[in-house]
Amino acid sequence: MFEAVKLVIGIVRPERVNDVLEALYRAEVRGISMSRVQGHGGELEVVETYRGTTVKIEMTEKVRFEIAVSEPFAQATVDALCDGARTGEVGDGKVFVLDLEQVVRIRTGETGREAVTPVDET
Amino acid sequence: MSGPDLVRGISAGDTAWMLVATALVLMMTPALGLFYAGLVRAKNSLNTFMMCLGAIAVAGVCWALLGYSLAFSKGNAFIGGFGYAFLRHVGFAPRSGTHIPQLLFMAFQATFCIITAALVSGAVVERVRFGPFLLFVALWSLLIYPTLAHWVWGGGWLAAHGTLDFAGGVPVEMGSGFSAFAAAVAVGARKDYGRKPLLPHNAVYVLLGAGLLWFGWFGFNGGSGLSTGHASVLAFTNTLLAPICTLLVWFLLDVRSGGRATAVGAATAIVVGCVAITPACGFISPMWAMALGALAALPSYALISWRPRTRLDESLDVLGAHGLAGAFGILFIGFVAQRHWNGVSNGLLYGHASLLDWQLAAALAGPAYAFLGTYILLRAVSAFTPLRASDHQEALGMDVAGHGEQAYTHGEGTILVTAGQETPSHRSRISAQGPELSPAGTPTTPS
Repeated sequence: MFEAVKLVIGIVRPERVNDVLEALYRAEVRGISMSRVQGHGGELEVVETYRGTTVKIEMTEKVRFEIAVSEPFAQATVDALCDGARTGEVGDGKVFVLDLEQVVRIRTGETGREAVTPVDET
Repeated sequence: MSGPDLVRGISAGDTAWMLVATALVLMMTPALGLFYAGLVRAKNSLNTFMMCLGAIAVAGVCWALLGYSLAFSKGNAFIGGFGYAFLRHVGFAPRSGTHIPQLLFMAFQATFCIITAALVSGAVVERVRFGPFLLFVALWSLLIYPTLAHWVWGGGWLAAHGTLDFAGGVPVEMGSGFSAFAAAVAVGARKDYGRKPLLPHNAVYVLLGAGLLWFGWFGFNGGSGLSTGHASVLAFTNTLLAPICTLLVWFLLDVRSGGRATAVGAATAIVVGCVAITPACGFISPMWAMALGALAALPSYALISWRPRTRLDESLDVLGAHGLAGAFGILFIGFVAQRHWNGVSNGLLYGHASLLDWQLAAALAGPAYAFLGTYILLRAVSAFTPLRASDHQEALGMDVAGHGEQAYTHGEGTILVTAGQETPSHRSRISAQGPELSPAGTPTTPS
C-alpha cells in the first residue's frame, strides 16, 4: 500500500532553534535531526577585522532540521518551522518539502508510515 | 634598611613586595575576564572579556587623573579632595603610615579600582553595549569607588569610627556586588533569560580564571598590609586557609543538592572564599579564617542557587559571590577579631562589642551607596544613549555586533577583503540591518 511520507527540511537561524523545537513539540512532531550548517540566503554581509585582516562573512551559521513525517503531519511541521523561525528579517531561512521514497526504522525493520510513527513508550 | 637610592622612611623589603603585589592584582582583571568569558555563551565571550580590558583602560585612567585623589587625599568624612589630582605630590616619598613610596601605593590601589569596575560587568554581560558601559565605568570609578574607598581607608567616617576592612570588603566586594545588583535592574534581563538555558560555553576557562584570580588574590590581600609585617603574613596565609574550606564545603553542598560535585561550582567556591576572607584576612586568627571560609559558602550558595529562578538576570552572580560574601566577611570580623593577632581591635567574642556596630554600619551603608549610586549613574547614561544592544544584535552575539570579531573562527565561508575594497559602509551595515535600538531598561517579559 502506498503511504505518503514527506521529508521536511528546515534551515533556520541558530538563535531561533529553541523556538522551533518548542513549536515542533506543540505540534506533536517527534523524530527530529538537526545539524549545524553554513549558508547564504541574501543577508547583508557581516564584516570582521583581525589586526590587518578584514573579512566578509559570506556564509552565515544556520541550523538544518530534517524531519520525516507521514502526510497528515507535513503541513503542521512546516507551520511549526515557520512560526518558530520567523523574525521578519532577511536570513530567516527556508523550508523544503520532499517526497520520500522509502524509510526504514533500523531497530525493527518497519518501513514507510510505521517507521516514522513515534513509538508509545510503555 | 635604606640604601643609597632610598628616600628616608622607605623600606626596601616592603617596597619590593608591593611592586610584586601590584602586578599580581592587575593580573586578576584579565583573570576575571577569562572566568567571565567561560561563563557566557561562545558568541559573547570576546565582548565579556573586553569589558574587563575596558575597565583597565577607563577606570585606570580615571584613577590616575582624579579617582586616587578623591579616595586618598585629605577631604571630608564622605569623600577626599583634589590634593592629589593629576598625581600632584604623588612621588617617591612614603605614603603616610607606610614605608613604601606613595607612587607605588597609588598604583596598587589603582588595580583595586580597576577590578571592582570590571566585576560589575558580570551583571549585564551578553546585552549591554560596550561604549555606554565604559562611559558608566568612567563615572562609577570617579563617583562610587573612591567614595567607598575613602570611607574605610582614606580617613572617611567608617575609618574614623574604627570599622575594620583589611583588603576591600566595603569598596571592592560589597561595592561591586551591590552595584552589579543595581546594574542588572537598570539594564534589564537578557532577551532569552528564563526562556532558554544560557550555559557556560567553556568551563575550563572558568576554572583557569578562578585559579588565576586566587593566585592574584595573594597580592590583593597580602599586599593590603602595605608591608612585609605580621598583618601581611596573616592576610596572605588566611587567603590560603579560607578558600580551601569554602571549596570543601561547596563540594558537600553540591553533593547534597545534586549528588555530584561540579566544576563550575568549584570555581565559584574559590571566588566566594577569597571574597569572604578579603575584609577579614589581616584581623582574624587562622582557625577563624578557616571557619569563615566554611561558613561563607552557605549564604552565597543559597543565593546563587535561588537567583536564576527569579526575574533578576544578574547574569554572573556578582551579588551572590561578591556582595553577600563580602558582607559576611565584614560582619564576621565584628565577632572574632583578636587584638592578639591584629594589634588593633577585638571583636564581640573577645570582649569588644562596639566593633560589631561599626562593621554592621559598613555592611548597610556600603551596599546602599553602591546600589543607589550605580542605579542613578546608569539611568543618567541611558538618558544620552541606549544601554542595551538591539534584539537583533543580542541574537547575533555581542562579539560580532560590538567588535566585528568572533572567538572561534574557522575561516570557512569568509571572503578576504583587500584594502582597496573596504569602505566605511561595510562597517555600518551590521548595525543598520537590525531593528532600532531598544530604549534602556525596557522590561523584558520572560514568557
